[in-house]
Amino acid sequence: MEKEEVKKKIYELVEKSTGKKKLKSSDIQKTVSADAGISRDEVKDALRDLVDEGKLIYTYFGGSFVEIPPQQ
Amino acid sequence: MPKKYDTPLLDELEKGPFPSFVTEIKKAAARSDMAADELGQLEKSYRDKRGYWKHGGIVGVRGYGSGVIGRYSSLPDQFPNVANFHTVRINSTSGFFYTSQFLNEMCDIWDKYGSGLTNLHGSTGDLVLLGTDTANLEAIFAEFSSRGWDLGGSGSAMRTPSCCVGPARCEWSCIDTLDINYAITQEWQDEMHRPAFPYKFKFKTAGCAVDCIASIARADCSIIGTWKGNIAVDQAEVANYAKKGMNITEEIVNMCPSKCMSYDGKELKITDADCIRCMHCIAKMTKALKPTGEKGASILVGSKAPFVIGATLSWVIVPFIKMEPPYDEFKDLIRKMWEFWDEYGKNRERIGELIIRKGMREFLEFIGVEPQPQQVKEPRRDPFFFWTEADLQK
Ligand code: HEM
Ligand code: HEM
Ligand code: SF4
Ligand code: SF4
Repeated sequence: MEKEEVKKKIYELVEKSTGKKKLKSSDIQKTVSADAGISRDEVKDALRDLVDEGKLIYTYFGGSFVEIPPQQ
Repeated sequence: MPKKYDTPLLDELEKGPFPSFVTEIKKAAARSDMAADELGQLEKSYRDKRGYWKHGGIVGVRGYGSGVIGRYSSLPDQFPNVANFHTVRINSTSGFFYTSQFLNEMCDIWDKYGSGLTNLHGSTGDLVLLGTDTANLEAIFAEFSSRGWDLGGSGSAMRTPSCCVGPARCEWSCIDTLDINYAITQEWQDEMHRPAFPYKFKFKTAGCAVDCIASIARADCSIIGTWKGNIAVDQAEVANYAKKGMNITEEIVNMCPSKCMSYDGKELKITDADCIRCMHCIAKMTKALKPTGEKGASILVGSKAPFVIGATLSWVIVPFIKMEPPYDEFKDLIRKMWEFWDEYGKNRERIGELIIRKGMREFLEFIGVEPQPQQVKEPRRDPFFFWTEADLQK
């Protein structure tokens, strides 16, 4: 699967959970790798790109989560 | 000129023979508005008997999920200069060796962008910079990374590993703690900067059981140097210690936890098969006693401060493992442990808590380590040696 497609899947998953359940990096890795039939490393790699680009950020609320940055 | 607060309660902490953090914060407060307000807020906390810091949130530098810990005052109107008072963790060096040049530069950077207050080193081991504003974080990161430094771990990640000075300054070290610490840091950069664990994970490496880094009490994985051979005894040096006034029976033989030593006034004997390698005798009679044979480490897991269950000390998982570069056997073992934790761990559950919840039996089966007597943490613990059907057929 193309990396851009994995990134899209990750972003959609985070978007869908926003306001309902905070997702951990491992939640995203497990869900997306199972759904797309790819390795967790591929998901990790795509997630890393999204964070480097600033499209997703890490937050900390008693544990580390991945979320969409707040609108400034 | 920073605001000056009356601090009668904090002033009490300047009395007595020890260095005082209050004195140090006051020095910083003479020049820094941030340090001044931090002093004011702290005095109020002491007066009201409650804390006024909020914790967590979304601060950090681009690309990283750890290294910066969000701190906010819950009284920003009263103490505006500490409305943001974030902590920055800088990945410390193995054994905490720095050049004076680096320390000078670090202080200059921190005077420029932060409160000027530092903590060398926090319990995690990082070089801790206390108190800065969200707007300064990227600039601070750029200053440090351009000099070859990096942020440390925080959140649900591998934390900055730390180790004792080991072979750099200590003849007792059975392993190269500094190299092991560096290898862990380099191998698991991703695990440190991009939090993906159920909770924090700390490595601490001690060269021997004296454990100067307190790994047994404060690491999810404690790596403690040990040896396989006998303790070589130099009887002439034993006689020297006796001549200089050491009471060998009282101070050495009777203090041996496994009662495997004897002394008849002339000769010190050790039943090596019963020695648990606690280091007591060697640390007391360095010139007379020396470990021999193969050197390596014991791998322990599970210590932590009180949280879900009370405080725990690490216990043995692997009694002896060779620790030589590139440490493949060790790294594979750790990866298996993390896999187990990733599979079954709940949010905010440390690996030790998970093992206690699931049982040693399942953990050992998962990571592929044989049950061994050294893994029993204390007498009368419910045994975890069960035979499976496959074992019975053997
Ligand atoms: C009034 C009489 C007894 C009482 C109240 C009693 C109570 C108990 C209790 C509370 C335990 C659990 C201990 C623990 O795991 O912390 C236990 C374990 C056990 N008891 Fe008794 N017991 C009695 C008599 C006996 C007798 C007469 C025998 C054998 C002839 C026996 C054999 C065992 C065995 C084999 C275990 C399990 C040990 C283990 O798995 O660690 N008990 N008993
Ligand atoms: C003659 C009377 C009794 C005998 C022989 C007896 C024996 C035992 C045995 C063999 C166990 C299981 C140990 C194990 O395998 O872990 C046990 C557990 C237990 N018993 Fe009894 N028992 C008796 C009376 C009582 C009474 C009256 C109570 C409570 C009022 C009680 C409370 C418990 C509890 C709470 C456990 C579980 C302990 C644990 O899991 O650590 N027992 N008992
Ligand atoms: S833990 Fe052992 S090897 Fe390390 S500094 Fe202390 S005494 Fe030396
Ligand atoms: S190392 Fe500890 S257990 Fe071994 S002989 Fe010395 S005091 Fe006894």
